[in-house]
Amino acid sequence: MLYQEIPFLTFRTFENLERSLIINASDLPVVLNCLKKHIGYQYTLLSCISGIDYSKIIYRFGISYEILSITYNTRLNIKIFFNNPDLIYSIVDIYKCANWWEREIWDMFGIFFSLNLDLRRILTDYGFEGHPLRKDYPVHGFLEIFYKLKEKKILSDFVSFSQESRFYLYDNAW
Amino acid sequence: MYIKRKDLLKDIKNFTLNFGPQHPAAHGVLRLILELDGETVKKADAHIGLLHRGTEKLIESKTYFQALPYFDRLDYVSMMAQEHTYSLAIEKLGNLLIPERAQYIRVIFLEITRILNHLLAVGCHAMDVGAMTPFLWAFEEREKLMEFYERVSGARMHAAYIRPGGVSTDLPLGLLNDIFLFINQFSLRLDEMEEMLTSNRIWKERVVDIGVVSAKNAIELGFSGVMLRGSGIAWDLRKTQPYEIYENLNFYIPTGTTGDCYDRYLVRMEEMRQSTFLINQALNNIKEGPIKLSENKILAPSRHDLKTSMESLIAHFRFYSGTFRVDKGETYTATEAPKGEFGVYLISSGTEYPFRCKIKAPGFNHLQAINDMCKNHLIADVVTIIGTQDIVFGEIDR
Repeated sequence: MLYQEIPFLTFRTFENLERSLIINASDLPVVLNCLKKHIGYQYTLLSCISGIDYSKIIYRFGISYEILSITYNTRLNIKIFFNNPDLIYSIVDIYKCANWWEREIWDMFGIFFSLNLDLRRILTDYGFEGHPLRKDYPVHGFLEIFYKLKEKKILSDFVSFSQESRFYLYDNAW
Repeated sequence: MYIKRKDLLKDIKNFTLNFGPQHPAAHGVLRLILELDGETVKKADAHIGLLHRGTEKLIESKTYFQALPYFDRLDYVSMMAQEHTYSLAIEKLGNLLIPERAQYIRVIFLEITRILNHLLAVGCHAMDVGAMTPFLWAFEEREKLMEFYERVSGARMHAAYIRPGGVSTDLPLGLLNDIFLFINQFSLRLDEMEEMLTSNRIWKERVVDIGVVSAKNAIELGFSGVMLRGSGIAWDLRKTQPYEIYENLNFYIPTGTTGDCYDRYLVRMEEMRQSTFLINQALNNIKEGPIKLSENKILAPSRHDLKTSMESLIAHFRFYSGTFRVDKGETYTATEAPKGEFGVYLISSGTEYPFRCKIKAPGFNHLQAINDMCKNHLIADVVTIIGTQDIVFGEIDR
């Protein structure tokens, strides 16, 4: 179906019952524009954009766009995979509400969206460094914040643990 | 010494005001940078993240079972709706169908949760605008509903009651009876609130034609739930993409016409009435039966089995020491939480730990639109608009 409308794209459908497409990162604006405005699809509502850090697989990152067609009552999941220096186009001019989701992904994964003019950090603190949802970022972070009564100030210092954090990653659950 | 002409003409700039983060009308910790022209808001820039707890990161290092209580704490006024979405996502990945009684229990408590949430939303909205009394009435009713939570799970708010594979325990004796009694008197309480507000001149002056969102804009801004229905789009996931037993139940989707704060208030009131009808139907149809899957993989065996069979004892130990694995795959599961479409994007790599769990909070999209909604309104209306969006920071900041 979609292939007839946009013949120059390469994509394949994904295994699940929920429909999802994997497309080239560079084709993203074209595909979303077509899916949004075509009378036969009308995926006018963007529910959510989520970033994924695969870390070990050929592609480091993935982004998944959940779009919803109210007219036809269908959901579609569009995925792109890429490595970090790749150029990802912002879709703010297609879906207005993409802005904060892209800001969140920039904050959490450090993925840069070109042509998004408002790419500030959103969830983390002012002046925060690093991208916490990357798999190589430790759960406890690097800095801890505490209130020092003597100086009546909020200070930050590197976290220190008496014991390393343990991960029980065995093949067997026992 | 003479005065230049340009010194006399003052360049009047917009005045920038910092609203929050500790403001009673900000519903938590919202920092708004408002650009004002006189008292009119020209631009509203929301700074969020002051309640960021890194839930998504924490879930990645917890087992599926340990991750469940985090969902109660996201939107802390509609707790069970979120556990439910997460449980549903795991059931989807494992391709599990839970017993009918569990589905009924879930629906009863989901609708109780919806009433809980809307009571707070309407009550706090009214209080922000200046009406104190409905807030007190609403909280009295909320207290009764929280008691139902307590009787079924032991906790007033963070219940952790709906679990993957069913619900944690069966209903205690007499609970359904008391829920029935509650519903019967609840419509009267709603009438009282409506009598106070619906045709009240002061209330109407504050909310009618404030924060108007057209149907086209509502879709463009990614709204869901009441915010979408208030603009006249009859979209309810319970109806359009039904889960549990909603397709067997009778209810209708209330919609607004103009898409202003008043319409959204009316939609919320009507939804509470619809919820009582839904609970009534569920109470009439609920049957005896198992309340969770009998399969030992996803849930711990019952206390009775535990005390009578050795196998169950082993399974019980295995469950609480190693928990369970979820099949490889990924799903975006969305349900109609009281605030809108609450989604869980869960990727499982076949281990005990979720590979990635993205939480789609409805409030995130709503708060994003605050600039469009507040533009050219007065400062006092900003409070009204925050109230009508029904913002809770637990879910927005995650």
